[in-house]
Amino acid sequence: MSVAADEPQGKPPQRFTAGRLLLYATLTISAILFVVPLYVMLVTSLKTMTEIREGAILGLPARPMLDAWIDAWTRACTGLTCNGIRVGFWNSITILVPSVIVSILLGAVNGYALAFWRVPGAQLVLAMLLIGAFIPYPVFIFPLVRLFAALGIYGSLPGIIAIHTIFGLPVMTLLFRNYYLSLPVELFKAARVDGAGFWRIFVSVMAPMSIPILVVAVILQVTGIWNDFLLGLVFAGRDNMPMTVQLNNVVNSTQGERLYNVDMAATLLTALVPLAIYFLSGKWFVRGIAAGAVKG
Amino acid sequence: MSPSVLIVLVVYLGCAIWSLRISMTSSRLIPTDQYVGLRQYELLFDNARWQASVINIGIFGALFVIASLVLGVLLAILIDQRVRGENVFRSLFLYPYSMSFVVTGLVWNWLLNPTYGIEKMGRDLGFSTFKFDWIVSQSMVVYTLVFAAVWHAAGLVMAIALAGLRGIDPDIWKASRVDGIPASRTYLQIVLPMMGGALATATILLTLSVVRLYDLVVVMTKGGPGLASEVPAKFVVDHLFDRGNIGLATAASTVMLVTVLAVIAPWVFVQRMRARKAGAA
Repeated sequence: MSVAADEPQGKPPQRFTAGRLLLYATLTISAILFVVPLYVMLVTSLKTMTEIREGAILGLPARPMLDAWIDAWTRACTGLTCNGIRVGFWNSITILVPSVIVSILLGAVNGYALAFWRVPGAQLVLAMLLIGAFIPYPVFIFPLVRLFAALGIYGSLPGIIAIHTIFGLPVMTLLFRNYYLSLPVELFKAARVDGAGFWRIFVSVMAPMSIPILVVAVILQVTGIWNDFLLGLVFAGRDNMPMTVQLNNVVNSTQGERLYNVDMAATLLTALVPLAIYFLSGKWFVRGIAAGAVKG
Repeated sequence: MSPSVLIVLVVYLGCAIWSLRISMTSSRLIPTDQYVGLRQYELLFDNARWQASVINIGIFGALFVIASLVLGVLLAILIDQRVRGENVFRSLFLYPYSMSFVVTGLVWNWLLNPTYGIEKMGRDLGFSTFKFDWIVSQSMVVYTLVFAAVWHAAGLVMAIALAGLRGIDPDIWKASRVDGIPASRTYLQIVLPMMGGALATATILLTLSVVRLYDLVVVMTKGGPGLASEVPAKFVVDHLFDRGNIGLATAASTVMLVTVLAVIAPWVFVQRMRARKAGAA
Protein backbone atom coordinates (compact mmCIF):
# COMPACT_ATOMS: atom_id res chain seq x y z
CA MET A 1 0.00 0.00 0.00
CA SER A 2 1.81 3.15 -1.08
CA VAL A 3 -0.06 6.37 -0.49
CA ALA A 4 1.10 9.95 -0.13
CA ALA A 5 3.41 10.28 2.86
CA ASP A 6 1.08 12.57 4.84
CA GLU A 7 -1.87 10.22 4.40
CA PRO A 8 -2.66 7.59 7.05
CA GLN A 9 -2.04 4.09 5.78
CA GLY A 10 -4.84 2.20 4.05
CA LYS A 11 -7.22 3.39 1.40
CA PRO A 12 -8.41 6.99 1.49
CA PRO A 13 -11.60 7.59 3.52
CA GLN A 14 -14.86 6.46 2.01
CA ARG A 15 -17.85 8.69 1.29
CA PHE A 16 -18.58 11.19 4.00
CA THR A 17 -21.46 9.46 5.79
CA ALA A 18 -23.29 10.41 8.97
CA GLY A 19 -21.19 7.87 10.81
CA ARG A 20 -17.95 9.51 9.67
CA LEU A 21 -19.30 12.89 10.70
CA LEU A 22 -20.07 11.56 14.18
CA LEU A 23 -16.61 10.03 14.35
CA TYR A 24 -14.86 13.30 13.53
CA ALA A 25 -17.17 15.25 15.84
CA THR A 26 -16.36 12.92 18.77
CA LEU A 27 -12.64 13.07 18.08
CA THR A 28 -12.65 16.85 17.74
CA ILE A 29 -14.63 17.42 20.93
CA SER A 30 -12.35 15.05 22.84
CA ALA A 31 -9.29 16.81 21.48
CA ILE A 32 -10.70 20.19 22.54
CA LEU A 33 -11.34 18.87 26.06
CA PHE A 34 -7.76 17.60 26.25
CA VAL A 35 -6.41 20.96 25.13
CA VAL A 36 -8.51 23.12 27.49
CA PRO A 37 -6.09 22.91 30.46
CA LEU A 38 -3.14 24.00 28.31
CA TYR A 39 -5.23 26.78 26.77
CA VAL A 40 -6.38 27.98 30.19
CA MET A 41 -2.78 28.03 31.45
CA LEU A 42 -1.76 30.13 28.47
CA VAL A 43 -4.59 32.68 28.54
CA THR A 44 -4.42 33.05 32.34
CA SER A 45 -0.70 33.79 32.13
CA LEU A 46 -1.37 36.58 29.62
CA LYS A 47 -4.07 38.37 31.68
CA THR A 48 -3.91 40.98 34.43
CA MET A 49 -5.19 40.02 37.89
CA THR A 50 -8.18 42.35 37.49
CA GLU A 51 -9.12 40.62 34.28
CA ILE A 52 -8.74 37.21 35.95
CA ARG A 53 -11.07 38.23 38.79
CA GLU A 54 -13.71 39.78 36.58
CA GLY A 55 -13.49 37.85 33.32
CA ALA A 56 -14.21 34.24 32.39
CA ILE A 57 -11.57 31.57 32.84
CA LEU A 58 -11.92 30.52 29.19
CA GLY A 59 -11.99 34.09 27.88
CA LEU A 60 -9.17 35.45 25.74
CA PRO A 61 -7.13 38.27 27.30
CA ALA A 62 -8.31 41.73 26.18
CA ARG A 63 -4.71 42.80 25.72
CA PRO A 64 -2.20 39.97 26.05
CA MET A 65 0.55 40.98 28.50
CA LEU A 66 3.89 39.28 29.04
CA ASP A 67 4.33 40.93 32.48
CA ALA A 68 3.38 37.75 34.35
CA TRP A 69 5.92 35.76 32.36
CA ILE A 70 8.67 38.26 33.18
CA ASP A 71 7.64 38.29 36.85
CA ALA A 72 7.57 34.50 36.99
CA TRP A 73 11.00 34.21 35.38
CA THR A 74 12.81 36.96 37.29
CA ARG A 75 10.84 37.93 40.42
CA ALA A 76 8.63 35.08 41.71
CA CYS A 77 9.29 34.40 45.40
CA THR A 78 10.26 31.17 47.14
CA GLY A 79 10.02 31.93 50.83
CA LEU A 80 12.07 35.09 51.34
CA THR A 81 14.13 35.03 48.16
CA CYS A 82 12.57 36.53 45.06
CA ASN A 83 14.79 35.64 42.13
CA GLY A 84 12.16 34.01 39.97
CA ILE A 85 11.69 30.51 38.62
CA ARG A 86 14.87 30.84 36.54
CA VAL A 87 16.84 29.72 39.60
CA GLY A 88 15.04 26.36 39.49
CA PHE A 89 15.38 26.23 35.71
CA TRP A 90 19.18 26.45 35.86
CA ASN A 91 19.28 24.03 38.81
CA SER A 92 17.25 21.54 36.78
CA ILE A 93 19.61 21.93 33.81
CA THR A 94 22.62 21.43 36.11
CA ILE A 95 21.07 18.25 37.52
CA LEU A 96 19.74 17.06 34.17
CA VAL A 97 22.83 17.08 31.97
CA PRO A 98 25.21 14.94 34.07
CA SER A 99 22.36 12.65 35.28
CA VAL A 100 21.24 11.90 31.73
CA ILE A 101 24.78 11.29 30.47
CA VAL A 102 25.87 9.07 33.36
CA SER A 103 22.69 6.98 33.54
CA ILE A 104 22.60 6.39 29.78
CA LEU A 105 26.29 5.52 29.52
CA LEU A 106 26.07 3.02 32.36
CA GLY A 107 22.80 1.63 31.02
CA ALA A 108 24.32 1.14 27.57
CA VAL A 109 27.41 -0.66 28.87
CA ASN A 110 25.35 -2.88 31.15
CA GLY A 111 22.79 -3.63 28.46
CA TYR A 112 25.63 -4.54 26.09
CA ALA A 113 27.23 -6.83 28.69
CA LEU A 114 23.93 -8.57 29.42
CA ALA A 115 23.09 -8.96 25.73
CA PHE A 116 26.38 -10.39 24.43
CA TRP A 117 28.57 -11.58 27.24
CA ARG A 118 28.14 -14.52 29.53
CA VAL A 119 27.13 -12.92 32.81
CA PRO A 120 26.78 -15.18 35.85
CA GLY A 121 23.19 -15.15 37.12
CA ALA A 122 22.01 -13.06 34.18
CA GLN A 123 18.42 -14.31 34.45
CA LEU A 124 18.21 -13.35 38.11
CA VAL A 125 19.77 -9.94 37.44
CA LEU A 126 17.21 -9.31 34.69
CA ALA A 127 14.26 -10.29 36.84
CA MET A 128 15.51 -8.11 39.67
CA LEU A 129 16.06 -5.15 37.36
CA LEU A 130 12.54 -5.55 36.03
CA ILE A 131 11.10 -5.60 39.54
CA GLY A 132 13.45 -2.84 40.70
CA ALA A 133 12.18 -0.54 37.96
CA PHE A 134 8.73 -0.71 39.53
CA ILE A 135 9.32 -0.28 43.25
CA PRO A 136 7.95 3.02 44.57
CA TYR A 137 10.60 5.50 45.74
CA PRO A 138 9.31 5.91 49.31
CA VAL A 139 10.54 2.37 50.03
CA PHE A 140 14.16 3.40 49.35
CA ILE A 141 14.20 6.96 50.56
CA PHE A 142 15.11 6.59 54.21
CA PRO A 143 18.00 4.11 53.84
CA LEU A 144 19.39 6.16 50.95
CA VAL A 145 19.23 9.36 52.99
CA ARG A 146 21.26 7.68 55.74
CA LEU A 147 23.70 6.15 53.27
CA PHE A 148 24.23 9.44 51.42
CA ALA A 149 24.60 11.33 54.69
CA ALA A 150 27.29 8.86 55.75
CA LEU A 151 29.04 9.36 52.39
CA GLY A 152 28.73 13.13 52.75
CA ILE A 153 26.78 13.65 49.52
CA TYR A 154 23.27 14.07 50.97
CA GLY A 155 21.70 17.31 49.76
CA SER A 156 24.37 18.01 47.15
CA LEU A 157 24.66 18.00 43.38
CA PRO A 158 26.66 14.73 43.24
CA GLY A 159 24.03 13.24 45.55
CA ILE A 160 21.06 14.00 43.33
CA ILE A 161 23.00 12.89 40.22
CA ALA A 162 23.81 9.59 41.92
CA ILE A 163 20.13 9.18 42.86
CA HIS A 164 18.92 9.74 39.30
CA THR A 165 21.55 7.28 38.09
CA ILE A 166 20.52 4.62 40.61
CA PHE A 167 16.84 4.94 39.74
CA GLY A 168 17.43 5.32 36.00
CA LEU A 169 19.79 2.40 35.59
CA PRO A 170 17.29 -0.52 35.61
CA VAL A 171 15.19 0.95 32.81
CA MET A 172 18.20 2.08 30.79
CA THR A 173 19.90 -1.31 31.13
CA LEU A 174 16.79 -3.20 29.99
CA LEU A 175 16.22 -0.74 27.16
CA PHE A 176 19.72 -1.14 25.73
CA ARG A 177 19.80 -4.88 26.35
CA ASN A 178 16.59 -5.41 24.37
CA TYR A 179 17.94 -3.24 21.57
CA TYR A 180 21.29 -5.02 21.37
CA LEU A 181 19.53 -8.39 21.35
CA SER A 182 17.71 -7.27 18.19
CA LEU A 183 21.02 -6.69 16.36
CA PRO A 184 22.48 -9.58 14.34
CA VAL A 185 24.73 -11.55 16.66
CA GLU A 186 27.17 -12.15 13.74
CA LEU A 187 28.39 -8.57 14.17
CA PHE A 188 29.55 -9.44 17.65
CA LYS A 189 31.02 -12.80 16.63
CA ALA A 190 32.96 -11.30 13.72
CA ALA A 191 34.48 -8.70 16.01
CA ARG A 192 35.43 -11.42 18.47
CA VAL A 193 37.09 -13.42 15.72
CA ASP A 194 39.07 -10.31 14.79
CA GLY A 195 40.33 -10.31 18.35
CA ALA A 196 38.45 -7.29 19.70
CA GLY A 197 37.80 -7.22 23.45
CA PHE A 198 34.89 -6.06 25.60
CA TRP A 199 35.49 -2.31 25.33
CA ARG A 200 36.80 -2.37 21.78
CA ILE A 201 33.61 -4.06 20.53
CA PHE A 202 31.45 -1.68 22.52
CA VAL A 203 33.18 1.47 21.29
CA SER A 204 33.77 0.59 17.63
CA VAL A 205 30.92 -1.79 16.80
CA MET A 206 28.00 -1.25 19.17
CA ALA A 207 28.18 2.47 19.96
CA PRO A 208 27.88 3.60 16.32
CA MET A 209 24.82 1.38 15.89
CA SER A 210 23.12 2.70 19.02
CA ILE A 211 21.83 6.00 17.67
CA PRO A 212 18.11 5.02 17.44
CA ILE A 213 17.97 3.63 20.96
CA LEU A 214 20.07 6.53 22.21
CA VAL A 215 17.41 8.97 21.00
CA VAL A 216 14.72 7.00 22.83
CA ALA A 217 16.85 6.83 25.99
CA VAL A 218 17.53 10.57 25.94
CA ILE A 219 13.83 11.35 25.54
CA LEU A 220 12.89 9.01 28.41
CA GLN A 221 15.58 10.28 30.77
CA VAL A 222 15.25 14.00 30.00
CA THR A 223 11.48 14.03 30.53
CA GLY A 224 11.71 11.68 33.51
CA ILE A 225 14.40 13.62 35.35
CA TRP A 226 12.99 17.02 34.45
CA ASN A 227 9.56 16.00 35.73
CA ASP A 228 10.86 14.46 38.96
CA PHE A 229 9.62 16.08 42.13
CA LEU A 230 10.09 13.74 45.11
CA LEU A 231 13.76 12.84 44.54
CA GLY A 232 14.74 16.46 43.98
CA LEU A 233 12.79 17.52 47.06
CA VAL A 234 14.54 14.98 49.29
CA PHE A 235 18.05 14.63 47.85
CA ALA A 236 18.99 17.80 45.95
CA GLY A 237 19.33 20.12 48.93
CA ARG A 238 18.34 23.79 49.19
CA ASP A 239 20.91 25.11 46.75
CA ASN A 240 20.06 22.70 43.95
CA MET A 241 16.26 22.60 44.15
CA PRO A 242 14.95 21.55 40.73
CA MET A 243 12.36 23.61 38.89
CA THR A 244 9.38 21.40 39.83
CA VAL A 245 10.11 21.79 43.55
CA GLN A 246 10.63 25.51 43.25
CA LEU A 247 7.43 25.84 41.22
CA ASN A 248 5.46 24.16 43.98
CA ASN A 249 7.07 26.46 46.55
CA VAL A 250 6.27 29.53 44.48
CA VAL A 251 2.64 28.58 43.99
CA ASN A 252 1.74 26.87 47.24
CA SER A 253 3.59 28.92 49.82
CA THR A 254 2.77 32.44 48.74
CA GLN A 255 1.77 34.75 51.53
CA GLY A 256 -1.24 36.97 50.92
CA GLU A 257 -2.88 37.32 47.54
CA ARG A 258 -2.10 34.60 45.02
CA LEU A 259 -1.08 35.91 41.62
CA TYR A 260 -2.72 33.37 39.35
CA ASN A 261 -1.25 34.86 36.18
CA VAL A 262 2.30 34.57 37.56
CA ASP A 263 1.55 31.05 38.86
CA MET A 264 0.34 29.90 35.45
CA ALA A 265 3.30 31.53 33.66
CA ALA A 266 5.68 29.75 36.04
CA THR A 267 3.80 26.47 35.49
CA LEU A 268 4.02 26.82 31.71
CA LEU A 269 7.71 27.68 31.93
CA THR A 270 8.27 24.48 33.91
CA ALA A 271 6.30 22.45 31.36
CA LEU A 272 8.13 23.99 28.41
CA VAL A 273 11.10 21.61 28.27
CA PRO A 274 9.08 18.35 28.20
CA LEU A 275 6.48 19.90 25.89
CA ALA A 276 9.19 21.01 23.46
CA ILE A 277 10.73 17.54 23.52
CA TYR A 278 7.32 15.98 22.99
CA PHE A 279 6.23 18.11 20.06
CA LEU A 280 9.65 18.12 18.39
CA SER A 281 10.32 14.41 18.77
CA GLY A 282 6.92 13.26 17.49
CA LYS A 283 6.93 9.54 16.82
CA TRP A 284 10.13 9.05 18.84
CA PHE A 285 8.29 9.93 22.05
CA VAL A 286 5.70 7.24 21.35
CA ARG A 287 8.51 4.83 20.58
CA GLY A 288 10.05 5.75 23.92
CA ILE A 289 6.80 4.96 25.70
CA ALA A 290 6.53 1.65 23.88
CA ALA A 291 10.13 0.77 24.77
CA GLY A 292 9.58 1.90 28.33
CA ALA A 293 6.45 -0.22 28.48
CA VAL A 294 8.33 -3.31 27.36
CA LYS A 295 10.82 -2.84 30.15
CA GLY A 296 7.82 -2.30 32.35
CA MET B 1 31.36 -7.65 33.92
CA SER B 2 30.51 -4.07 34.75
CA PRO B 3 29.80 -3.84 38.44
CA SER B 4 27.37 -0.88 38.36
CA VAL B 5 24.34 -3.12 37.90
CA LEU B 6 25.41 -5.20 40.86
CA ILE B 7 25.93 -2.09 42.99
CA VAL B 8 22.47 -0.89 42.11
CA LEU B 9 20.90 -4.26 42.88
CA VAL B 10 22.74 -4.41 46.21
CA VAL B 11 21.55 -0.88 47.01
CA TYR B 12 17.96 -1.84 46.14
CA LEU B 13 18.00 -5.05 48.10
CA GLY B 14 19.91 -3.50 50.98
CA CYS B 15 17.48 -0.59 51.21
CA ALA B 16 14.48 -2.90 51.25
CA ILE B 17 15.97 -5.08 53.98
CA TRP B 18 17.11 -2.06 56.00
CA SER B 19 13.60 -0.59 55.80
CA LEU B 20 12.11 -3.89 56.89
CA ARG B 21 14.49 -4.07 59.85
CA ILE B 22 13.77 -0.53 61.05
CA SER B 23 10.04 -1.15 60.75
CA MET B 24 10.43 -3.73 63.53
CA THR B 25 12.07 -1.30 65.94
CA SER B 26 10.71 1.54 68.05
CA SER B 27 12.66 4.17 66.02
CA ARG B 28 11.24 7.68 66.14
CA LEU B 29 13.45 10.57 65.04
CA ILE B 30 16.62 8.49 64.76
CA PRO B 31 16.89 4.75 64.13
CA THR B 32 17.34 2.54 67.20
CA ASP B 33 17.88 -1.18 67.62
CA GLN B 34 15.09 -1.74 70.12
CA TYR B 35 13.15 -4.64 68.62
CA VAL B 36 9.37 -4.37 68.98
CA GLY B 37 8.22 -7.08 66.58
CA LEU B 38 5.15 -6.15 64.59
CA ARG B 39 4.07 -3.38 66.97
CA GLN B 40 4.59 -0.63 64.33
CA TYR B 41 2.33 -2.52 61.94
CA GLU B 42 -0.42 -2.72 64.58
CA LEU B 43 -0.06 1.02 65.17
CA LEU B 44 -0.09 1.59 61.42
CA PHE B 45 -3.33 -0.26 60.77
CA ASP B 46 -4.95 1.54 63.73
CA ASN B 47 -3.77 4.91 62.45
CA ALA B 48 -6.69 7.03 61.20
CA ARG B 49 -4.55 8.79 58.62
CA TRP B 50 -3.22 5.50 57.22
CA GLN B 51 -6.73 4.08 57.04
CA ALA B 52 -7.89 7.18 55.20
CA SER B 53 -4.87 6.92 52.86
CA VAL B 54 -5.64 3.30 52.00
CA ILE B 55 -9.33 3.98 51.36
CA ASN B 56 -8.51 7.04 49.25
CA ILE B 57 -5.94 5.22 47.13
CA GLY B 58 -8.42 2.35 46.68
CA ILE B 59 -11.15 4.65 45.36
CA PHE B 60 -8.72 6.68 43.31
CA GLY B 61 -6.97 3.61 41.93
CA ALA B 62 -10.09 1.76 40.84
CA LEU B 63 -11.66 4.79 39.15
CA PHE B 64 -8.41 6.02 37.61
CA VAL B 65 -7.39 2.66 36.12
CA ILE B 66 -10.86 1.85 34.75
CA ALA B 67 -11.51 5.35 33.39
CA SER B 68 -8.07 5.64 31.76
CA LEU B 69 -8.38 2.20 30.17
CA VAL B 70 -11.89 2.78 28.83
CA LEU B 71 -11.16 6.28 27.57
CA GLY B 72 -7.77 5.34 26.13
CA VAL B 73 -9.08 2.28 24.29
CA LEU B 74 -12.09 4.21 22.94
CA LEU B 75 -9.85 6.98 21.63
CA ALA B 76 -7.53 4.40 20.05
CA ILE B 77 -10.46 2.68 18.33
CA LEU B 78 -11.76 6.01 17.01
CA ILE B 79 -8.32 6.97 15.70
CA ASP B 80 -7.97 3.54 14.10
CA GLN B 81 -10.93 4.25 11.76
CA ARG B 82 -8.55 5.65 9.14
CA VAL B 83 -9.19 9.22 10.12
CA ARG B 84 -7.51 12.14 8.45
CA GLY B 85 -5.14 14.09 10.66
CA GLU B 86 -4.40 11.05 12.79
CA ASN B 87 -1.09 12.52 13.94
CA VAL B 88 -2.74 15.70 15.18
CA PHE B 89 -5.31 13.82 17.24
CA ARG B 90 -2.68 11.49 18.62
CA SER B 91 -0.42 14.35 19.68
CA LEU B 92 -3.26 16.20 21.37
CA PHE B 93 -4.35 13.16 23.40
CA LEU B 94 -0.84 12.24 24.46
CA TYR B 95 0.77 15.61 25.26
CA PRO B 96 -0.40 15.72 28.91
CA TYR B 97 1.62 12.59 29.55
CA SER B 98 4.84 14.42 28.73
CA MET B 99 4.28 16.93 31.52
CA SER B 100 4.98 16.41 35.21
CA PHE B 101 2.39 15.69 37.88
CA VAL B 102 3.40 18.99 39.44
CA VAL B 103 2.29 20.87 36.35
CA THR B 104 -0.81 18.70 36.00
CA GLY B 105 -1.79 19.31 39.62
CA LEU B 106 -1.33 23.07 39.41
CA VAL B 107 -3.38 23.39 36.23
CA TRP B 108 -6.26 21.37 37.64
CA ASN B 109 -6.07 23.20 40.94
CA TRP B 110 -6.61 26.41 38.98
CA LEU B 111 -9.36 25.00 36.72
CA LEU B 112 -11.24 23.72 39.77
CA ASN B 113 -10.71 26.89 41.80
CA PRO B 114 -14.13 27.48 43.39
CA THR B 115 -13.91 31.27 43.07
CA TYR B 116 -12.55 31.75 39.56
CA GLY B 117 -12.65 28.35 37.89
CA ILE B 118 -15.34 26.16 36.37
CA GLU B 119 -17.84 27.22 39.03
CA LYS B 120 -17.57 30.87 37.95
CA MET B 121 -17.86 29.79 34.33
CA GLY B 122 -21.17 28.08 35.09
CA ARG B 123 -22.50 31.13 36.93
CA ASP B 124 -21.39 33.51 34.17
CA LEU B 125 -23.41 31.38 31.77
CA GLY B 126 -26.51 32.24 33.82
CA PHE B 127 -26.73 29.30 36.22
CA SER B 128 -26.55 31.52 39.31
CA THR B 129 -26.70 28.64 41.79
CA PHE B 130 -24.18 26.47 39.91
CA LYS B 131 -21.79 24.86 42.37
CA PHE B 132 -18.56 23.06 41.58
CA ASP B 133 -16.44 23.07 44.71
CA TRP B 134 -15.25 19.45 44.66
CA ILE B 135 -11.64 20.39 45.32
CA VAL B 136 -12.51 21.81 48.75
CA SER B 137 -15.15 19.18 49.54
CA GLN B 138 -14.26 16.32 51.89
CA SER B 139 -16.44 13.83 50.06
CA MET B 140 -15.56 14.82 46.48
CA VAL B 141 -11.90 15.82 46.47
CA VAL B 142 -10.69 12.31 45.54
CA TYR B 143 -12.63 12.55 42.28
CA THR B 144 -10.81 15.75 41.32
CA LEU B 145 -7.54 13.81 41.59
CA VAL B 146 -9.07 11.20 39.27
CA PHE B 147 -9.94 13.89 36.66
CA ALA B 148 -6.43 15.26 36.67
CA ALA B 149 -4.75 11.86 36.57
CA VAL B 150 -7.00 10.51 33.78
CA TRP B 151 -6.28 13.61 31.71
CA HIS B 152 -2.60 12.93 32.27
CA ALA B 153 -2.60 9.19 31.49
CA ALA B 154 -5.42 8.44 29.01
CA GLY B 155 -3.12 9.29 26.10
CA LEU B 156 -0.64 6.70 27.30
CA VAL B 157 -3.32 3.99 27.12
CA MET B 158 -4.36 5.34 23.72
CA ALA B 159 -0.78 5.03 22.40
CA ILE B 160 -0.32 1.50 23.75
CA ALA B 161 -3.77 0.35 22.57
CA LEU B 162 -3.28 1.87 19.13
CA ALA B 163 -0.03 -0.04 18.73
CA GLY B 164 -1.96 -3.18 19.78
CA LEU B 165 -4.74 -2.52 17.26
CA ARG B 166 -2.21 -2.02 14.46
CA GLY B 167 -0.71 -5.38 15.32
CA ILE B 168 -3.97 -7.24 14.68
CA ASP B 169 -3.93 -9.43 11.58
CA PRO B 170 -6.03 -7.67 8.86
CA ASP B 171 -7.44 -11.08 7.88
CA ILE B 172 -9.43 -11.07 11.13
CA TRP B 173 -11.25 -8.00 9.91
CA LYS B 174 -11.82 -9.47 6.47
CA ALA B 175 -13.22 -12.66 7.97
CA SER B 176 -15.57 -10.85 10.33
CA ARG B 177 -16.78 -8.64 7.48
CA VAL B 178 -17.44 -11.67 5.31
CA ASP B 179 -19.42 -13.23 8.15
CA GLY B 180 -21.36 -9.99 8.57
CA ILE B 181 -20.39 -9.48 12.20
CA PRO B 182 -20.92 -5.84 13.26
CA ALA B 183 -17.72 -3.91 13.99
CA SER B 184 -18.66 -3.25 17.62
CA ARG B 185 -18.95 -6.99 18.30
CA THR B 186 -15.73 -7.74 16.46
CA TYR B 187 -13.96 -5.23 18.68
CA LEU B 188 -15.48 -6.46 21.93
CA GLN B 189 -15.31 -10.20 21.39
CA ILE B 190 -12.38 -10.73 19.02
CA VAL B 191 -10.00 -7.78 18.76
CA LEU B 192 -9.84 -6.65 22.41
CA PRO B 193 -9.17 -10.16 23.74
CA MET B 194 -6.38 -10.48 21.16
CA MET B 195 -4.83 -7.29 22.55
CA GLY B 196 -4.51 -8.84 26.00
CA GLY B 197 -0.78 -8.19 26.18
CA ALA B 198 -1.04 -4.49 25.36
CA LEU B 199 -3.93 -4.00 27.78
CA ALA B 200 -2.07 -5.85 30.54
CA THR B 201 0.96 -3.63 30.06
CA ALA B 202 -1.21 -0.51 30.21
CA THR B 203 -2.94 -1.77 33.35
CA ILE B 204 0.37 -2.51 35.07
CA LEU B 205 1.74 0.95 34.22
CA LEU B 206 -1.43 2.62 35.50
CA THR B 207 -1.48 0.54 38.68
CA LEU B 208 2.10 1.44 39.46
CA SER B 209 1.43 5.13 39.03
CA VAL B 210 -1.39 4.65 41.57
CA VAL B 211 0.96 3.19 44.17
CA ARG B 212 3.46 5.96 43.47
CA LEU B 213 0.88 8.74 43.64
CA TYR B 214 2.52 11.59 45.55
CA ASP B 215 3.40 14.71 43.55
CA LEU B 216 -0.11 15.24 42.23
CA VAL B 217 -1.63 15.16 45.72
CA VAL B 218 1.00 17.37 47.34
CA VAL B 219 0.63 20.00 44.66
CA MET B 220 -3.10 19.86 44.03
CA THR B 221 -4.75 19.28 47.42
CA LYS B 222 -1.96 18.89 50.03
CA GLY B 223 -3.86 15.83 51.24
CA GLY B 224 -6.83 17.88 52.34
CA PRO B 225 -9.38 19.02 53.16
CA GLY B 226 -8.79 17.14 56.40
CA LEU B 227 -7.55 13.67 55.51
CA ALA B 228 -9.81 13.46 52.47
CA SER B 229 -7.03 13.13 49.87
CA GLU B 230 -4.18 11.64 51.88
CA VAL B 231 -2.35 8.77 50.14
CA PRO B 232 0.18 6.12 51.30
CA ALA B 233 3.29 7.58 49.64
CA LYS B 234 2.57 10.93 51.30
CA PHE B 235 2.08 9.14 54.62
CA VAL B 236 5.58 7.67 54.35
CA VAL B 237 7.32 10.89 53.30
CA ASP B 238 5.53 13.02 55.90
CA HIS B 239 6.31 10.60 58.71
CA LEU B 240 9.95 10.39 57.67
CA PHE B 241 10.68 14.08 57.39
CA ASP B 242 8.00 16.17 59.13
CA ARG B 243 6.78 13.94 61.91
CA GLY B 244 9.99 12.13 62.81
CA ASN B 245 8.42 8.70 63.11
CA ILE B 246 10.78 6.50 61.16
CA GLY B 247 9.48 3.21 62.56
CA LEU B 248 5.92 3.90 61.45
CA ALA B 249 7.06 5.31 58.09
CA THR B 250 9.15 2.24 57.24
CA ALA B 251 6.29 -0.04 58.29
CA ALA B 252 4.07 1.84 55.83
CA SER B 253 6.70 1.69 53.08
CA THR B 254 7.08 -2.07 53.64
CA VAL B 255 3.34 -2.50 53.17
CA MET B 256 3.65 -0.54 49.91
CA LEU B 257 6.55 -2.73 48.79
CA VAL B 258 4.63 -5.93 49.47
CA THR B 259 1.64 -4.58 47.54
CA VAL B 260 3.78 -3.73 44.52
CA LEU B 261 5.53 -7.09 44.59
CA ALA B 262 2.14 -8.81 44.71
CA VAL B 263 1.14 -6.97 41.54
CA ILE B 264 4.41 -7.20 39.68
CA ALA B 265 5.83 -10.61 40.53
CA PRO B 266 3.09 -12.62 38.75
CA TRP B 267 3.41 -10.33 35.73
CA VAL B 268 7.20 -10.75 35.54
CA PHE B 269 6.72 -14.50 35.93
CA VAL B 270 4.21 -14.65 33.07
CA GLN B 271 6.50 -12.52 30.87
CA ARG B 272 9.45 -14.86 31.54
CA MET B 273 7.32 -17.93 30.84
CA ARG B 274 6.18 -16.41 27.58
CA ALA B 275 9.73 -15.55 26.60
CA ARG B 276 10.83 -19.10 27.36
CA LYS B 277 7.95 -20.56 25.35
CA ALA B 278 8.77 -18.29 22.40
CA GLY B 279 12.40 -19.36 22.69
CA ALA B 280 11.45 -23.04 22.63
CA ALA B 281 9.17 -22.71 19.61
